[in-house]
Amino acid sequence: MLRLIVQRLLLLIPLLLGLSVLLFGWVRALPGGPVQAMLGERYTPEAAAEIEAQLGLDQPLIVQYGKYLLRLLQGDFGVSLQSGRPVLEEFFTRFPATIELTVVALVFAIGIGIPLGYVAARRAGSVVDHSAVVVSLIGVTVPVFFLAFILKYLFAVELGWFPTTGRQSATMIATHPTNFYVLDGLLTAEWDAAWDALVHLILPGIALGSIPLAIVARMTRAAVSEVQNADYVRTARAKGIKASRLRGQHILKNAMLPVVTTIGLQVGLLLSGAVLTETVFAFSGIGSFLADSVFNADYPVMQGFVLMIAVVYALVNLLVDVSYGLIDPRLRRQQ
Amino acid sequence: MNDTADKNPGAAGAGAQEDDVVLRVEDMSVDFRTEHGAARAVAGANLTVRRGQTVAIVGESGSGKTTLAMAVLGLLASNGSVAEGHIWFKGEDLGAVSPQRMAQLRGTELGLVPQDPMTNLDPIMQIGRQIDEGLIDNGLRTLRDARSRTVELLDEVGLPDARRRASQYPHEFSGGMRQRALIAMGLSGRPALLVADEPTSALDVTVQRGILDQLSGLTHELGTAVLLITHDLGLAAERADIVVVMYRGDIVEQGPARQVLTAPQHEYTKRLMAAAPSLASRRIEIARERGLDDVLDEALLAPGEEQASGATAAQDSAAGGAEPTPLVEVRDATKVFSIRGNGLFSRSKDFTAVDGVTLDIPRGSTVAVVGESGSGKSTLARMILDIEKPTSGTITFDGTPVGSGGHREQIAYRRRVQPVFQDPYSSLDPLYSVFRAIEEPLRAHDYGDAAARRARVEELAEQVALSKGQLQRFPSELSGGQRQRVAIARALALSPELVVCDEAVSALDVVVQAQILQLLAGLQEELGLTYLFITHDLAVVRQIADRVLVMQQGRMVEEGTVDAVFDSPSTDYTRALLDAIPGRDLELAL
Repeated sequence: MLRLIVQRLLLLIPLLLGLSVLLFGWVRALPGGPVQAMLGERYTPEAAAEIEAQLGLDQPLIVQYGKYLLRLLQGDFGVSLQSGRPVLEEFFTRFPATIELTVVALVFAIGIGIPLGYVAARRAGSVVDHSAVVVSLIGVTVPVFFLAFILKYLFAVELGWFPTTGRQSATMIATHPTNFYVLDGLLTAEWDAAWDALVHLILPGIALGSIPLAIVARMTRAAVSEVQNADYVRTARAKGIKASRLRGQHILKNAMLPVVTTIGLQVGLLLSGAVLTETVFAFSGIGSFLADSVFNADYPVMQGFVLMIAVVYALVNLLVDVSYGLIDPRLRRQQ
Repeated sequence: MNDTADKNPGAAGAGAQEDDVVLRVEDMSVDFRTEHGAARAVAGANLTVRRGQTVAIVGESGSGKTTLAMAVLGLLASNGSVAEGHIWFKGEDLGAVSPQRMAQLRGTELGLVPQDPMTNLDPIMQIGRQIDEGLIDNGLRTLRDARSRTVELLDEVGLPDARRRASQYPHEFSGGMRQRALIAMGLSGRPALLVADEPTSALDVTVQRGILDQLSGLTHELGTAVLLITHDLGLAAERADIVVVMYRGDIVEQGPARQVLTAPQHEYTKRLMAAAPSLASRRIEIARERGLDDVLDEALLAPGEEQASGATAAQDSAAGGAEPTPLVEVRDATKVFSIRGNGLFSRSKDFTAVDGVTLDIPRGSTVAVVGESGSGKSTLARMILDIEKPTSGTITFDGTPVGSGGHREQIAYRRRVQPVFQDPYSSLDPLYSVFRAIEEPLRAHDYGDAAARRARVEELAEQVALSKGQLQRFPSELSGGQRQRVAIARALALSPELVVCDEAVSALDVVVQAQILQLLAGLQEELGLTYLFITHDLAVVRQIADRVLVMQQGRMVEEGTVDAVFDSPSTDYTRALLDAIPGRDLELAL
């Protein structure tokens, strides 16, 4: 197991190197280059030459790349053109928000998706089954931003049950030692702040969780339908074991194998920042910031965030693979 | 049909006490709900199993034998139900009791040893726990002392090092060990009735014997009644007191094993007997197919010359009378695979799959390579097919080294050598119609225009006895035997000289198996084909092959004419293989 982890971490090195080359090349390949993009309307050949010299852009590409890589290795991802703060700092300020949103979306998706898929498979052809199919179809087909708007309009604007935007009410005075707002509220015993932060997560969480919910429900349904007809389930019944044990230990546990992979992939996607959902709810996670940086031609942020998202994605997938080995003994490596 | 069935249970149990009866199935019918209404899988079955008795239900797949047994256990698929009749088990009608009562009986009074050890154990649960949970839920042991009982049970079925093994997972067990664990599981509640559904058909013959001995030893000792489901007449003859023959949902015949098998009454039983791959002399089989009395006479009159005549037969079919060169010459072929180590930098290990094999395949003859799984027989076939390259040694085909030329030569070689694989279910593309499947190699090798190809496909279909109507069907609409005919037609499409049959009939029922073997023999006569048969089934070898090569762990153990090897095996391994064939007793009885 340890060997697997080390192996995968080592594989991360060539992956990130390759990605850094791509990102480096991408910015250099922009029409007019980064300098023109930076200067925009203030562009003059003199100003451009000055900035180029200042940024070392007049040096050979290979030297430029070498310096870029060296800075990356020192954790220097550059400075945001919008805010003037280091890119890495911007990332880590916003990442907790995205993690919180992901957790809520996942709890929603798994908490409803797995039971729904399970019941649908066990009662194949019933009303529950058909409605599960419809629900998951809706989940997959309705665009996220549309669902987000509908949820916001209905439950925040019309009914007023939930706040419309942001991570915390403007009137709420709270301290944030970790930037996980719900956790902060709990840690500092500011219960009202924790509750307020949680309420802010509900609507974006549901909007973001709708696609994973649909996928998880469908995967669970397919896996349970297959496993419940497996020979070993019949053999387990022939042993006369309790129905609860049959469901939990034999059917559900085996059916979870493919579902866990799916969930893992979804976690990776969700953590990469929910651009649409975060934008609709003005939720300051990495997604909305990344979207802003695109409109503001903030290249250091784009480069840095993409690189960090790649690291997060790879680490989450590693975690999924490790957990897969925990559930499925066949995948554990034997020495 | 039913009058035979009604008469015989009484006759079978003559003299036995009525309270000895463990199971009595009375006029039982099982229906499955399908889109086209109810389908009757078992019709009016009657049978009786007494204490300590083994009753074998014999029939092809689809005959209803497994359905009957599952109805007894209350484990029919969700769309199946007992439509009529009664299942009396120790005075209770299992057809009428509640599901709760049924669950209570399973694991205590009723046990099951299922068919396929590979799919019947939960892959992500320790073997020991899978036995523990039955003991605990049935109230036989507490959570704390279940494991020690489990270890006893595993020990009892001959699993070595049972304590350690109990905490391993199914994938760490071999097929035979898994089957032992399943037997331990089936017997864990000390049931009065054990249903053993093809308990060994997925295993190698030598393993089969050991496991069957263990099973019959244990059930005998415990006085367990056994309902043995099998397609193997030999096995039924050897292990059962009573044989029940099923055909298309009906019990067509039943009675004491010897009586049913030596003097079959029903037409189907007679056919089953005739089709069973037995150790009867191959020469007689051939004679029967050809209908040539003189060949029969020759074989019967001159048994002493049998050893030499195998070679003669091969030469007869070879062209001309001059010293023929073999079509394929394998010289000292060795194949070493390197197995990747576990770690990133750990060294790879070498595994020798085929170790210095030398073999000739004479033109127009049939050579069989036999051995258990892992013996290297399939790797040898793959080298001859030019799918794998030998690590050392040479393989020549018609005087030219295999795999020597460039791309064009390789394609030309593929035309001359064609494979037929084991599983007719997975070796055909489900989205290709039969016509397209057979036509594909013709297209790939630019055979004529569309009309010419159509004519060729129709000719091939006729050769393998497929009707024109079947050409438009898809594999899912065909039976196993029909699919294997398609696979054979596809292999023959390019008029190959050598056909490599890798377990080509192993997945088929005996009656179908006999038909396919007959078809292959007929095609050999007609087209002058040369066959390489890869099989673990010695009875099939006896039926079709001229020469046989026995392999064990990559090495050739013995090689010779079929008669020589079967009549006087020179190594212990070959003898063990031969002894392990179920039905040798049957042979002696006849």
